[in-house]
Amino acid sequence: MSIDTDTARRVAKLARIKVEEDALPALAQEFSAILGFIEQLEEVDVDGIEPMTSVTPQRLKRRDDVVTDGNQQPAVLKNAPDAREGFFAVPKVVE
Amino acid sequence: MTDLNKLTIAEARDALKKGETTSVALTEACLAAIDAQGVLNAVVHKTPELAMEQAKAADARGYADAPALSGIPLGIKDLFCVKGVDTQAASDILKGFKPEYDSTVTTKLFENGAVMLGKTNMDEFAMGSSNEHSAYGPSVNPWKVDDRQLTPGGSSGGSASAVAADLCIGAIGTDTGGSIRQPAAFTGTVGIRPTYGRVSRYGIVAYASSLDQAGPMTKTVRDTAIMLTAMSGHDMRDSTSADIAVPDFEAALTGDIKGKTIGIPREYRLDGLNAEIAGLWDKGADMLRDAGAKVVDVSLPHTKYALPAYYVIAPAEASSNLARYDGVRFGHRATLGAGDGINEMYEKTRAEGFGAEVQRRIMVGTYVLSAGFYDAYYNRARKVRTLIKRDFENVFASGVDAILAPTTPSPAFGIGEVSDADPVQMYLNDVFTVTLNLAGLPGVSVPAGLDTNGLPLGLQLIGKPWEEADLLNIAYSLEGSTGFVAKPQKWW
Repeated sequence: MSIDTDTARRVAKLARIKVEEDALPALAQEFSAILGFIEQLEEVDVDGIEPMTSVTPQRLKRRDDVVTDGNQQPAVLKNAPDAREGFFAVPKVVE
Repeated sequence: MTDLNKLTIAEARDALKKGETTSVALTEACLAAIDAQGVLNAVVHKTPELAMEQAKAADARGYADAPALSGIPLGIKDLFCVKGVDTQAASDILKGFKPEYDSTVTTKLFENGAVMLGKTNMDEFAMGSSNEHSAYGPSVNPWKVDDRQLTPGGSSGGSASAVAADLCIGAIGTDTGGSIRQPAAFTGTVGIRPTYGRVSRYGIVAYASSLDQAGPMTKTVRDTAIMLTAMSGHDMRDSTSADIAVPDFEAALTGDIKGKTIGIPREYRLDGLNAEIAGLWDKGADMLRDAGAKVVDVSLPHTKYALPAYYVIAPAEASSNLARYDGVRFGHRATLGAGDGINEMYEKTRAEGFGAEVQRRIMVGTYVLSAGFYDAYYNRARKVRTLIKRDFENVFASGVDAILAPTTPSPAFGIGEVSDADPVQMYLNDVFTVTLNLAGLPGVSVPAGLDTNGLPLGLQLIGKPWEEADLLNIAYSLEGSTGFVAKPQKWW
């Protein structure tokens, strides 16, 4: 399947990655090459085959539903690019 | 003793026990080698103060009844969180990130007395097979046969380069599609990717969570066994880590493989396979036969579809895992223009912070998960994954104990030789390694010999789930038979 520039633009938008207009054709071409490679999968008969959900069959461990960790506000905020008054700060979201 | 940095883990451990050296001396030798690494660019964040502190503590504790890695200096891939130490996953988006917590693997290594020398180079977010996609610039292979600088492989290229060049006694890496075994093969070193769930993933920067596993990268099979024992075990903080007893992998190294059955998968004999690699593969099978194993032909019919399935599943998981890099909680945030809102912040931050290959995989993952394509790509790939796993189950059910195959389709290639314009060319490096990631199986790469140019080549043994002890013993036998002792000559 060939990916056009519009599709590349849409995918970049969905992935929240800014791609300049003039870079879109090359990106679309790379996608096309990768998807062309992936399309070999169409040759495989997968009728009646379950998609894999867990590579090692195991029952996930359970624990009591209680708080085991917390009260670490300074540690949580330590690496934030913009932390103020105990919060993560971001550009204005609501007008 | 001279050249302490050239010791293996087992040799260093014995020398420490006998009082022939100290961890401080070992650590100083490694730190000096790292300072002289030059163009190898293998260690990208040095932690000499932490290293000396840990070395002194190990020496003070003494070595009678000391834990397994007491006083042993190691290189740690930049993917593992270590409290207060730069952990960047070789990405600009995590520049300056110093975690407030430790990964379970490094915690276990430190509890076992290990000394951390620094963080090793890698492909950004572990996406790559050449260590060229790194915010630190490429790491270089210490093996060199002409004017070219060769890649140490990837993504754990810095760890492989550091081990091969004796910048450290051992190292750790991670393997999502071959990122431990391919670099090990390219550098004449040993590395194992354990069974999925053997080693906790807590505190390791995630790439593709259903495929990622950490493992040791060392100079010998024995060293790999020692480190794997220390790294393994159940962890409440990783729900996919298995609550299964961890054997003493070193104790399993008897070298006796009589009566074992080794499978040779016919689908791995690709058209146009490098003749030297094919020859070495045959020789490896002969060696195992001579050691008393039975060698049989086996079939893994869906092998051909492993790479395309991987390049759906891994990018899909990556697009989800890497959504967290949004410029809010950690790492880089782009400088915003007047009027830029939160979406512009996300888009600019991620465009500036992620390298080209990472952006490509995130977007491919986004595409295969998007409405209308989810079934055609993602679900189909997961079904193919079921079939690939079934192939292995059938082979093991027929009485095969381990499978022997080449690790890579070629020896180390030159930096810049595989064009960035055709990502699929680079992906083909993982053709022999990626199958077992999809099946969750353990695989170990052992240096098998040198090609006519003098570059190392590796053979890979693939084992049954949770049978790393048996697998490492077979690898140990193969290592003994090949008698591989070559080391790169220092030129850097």
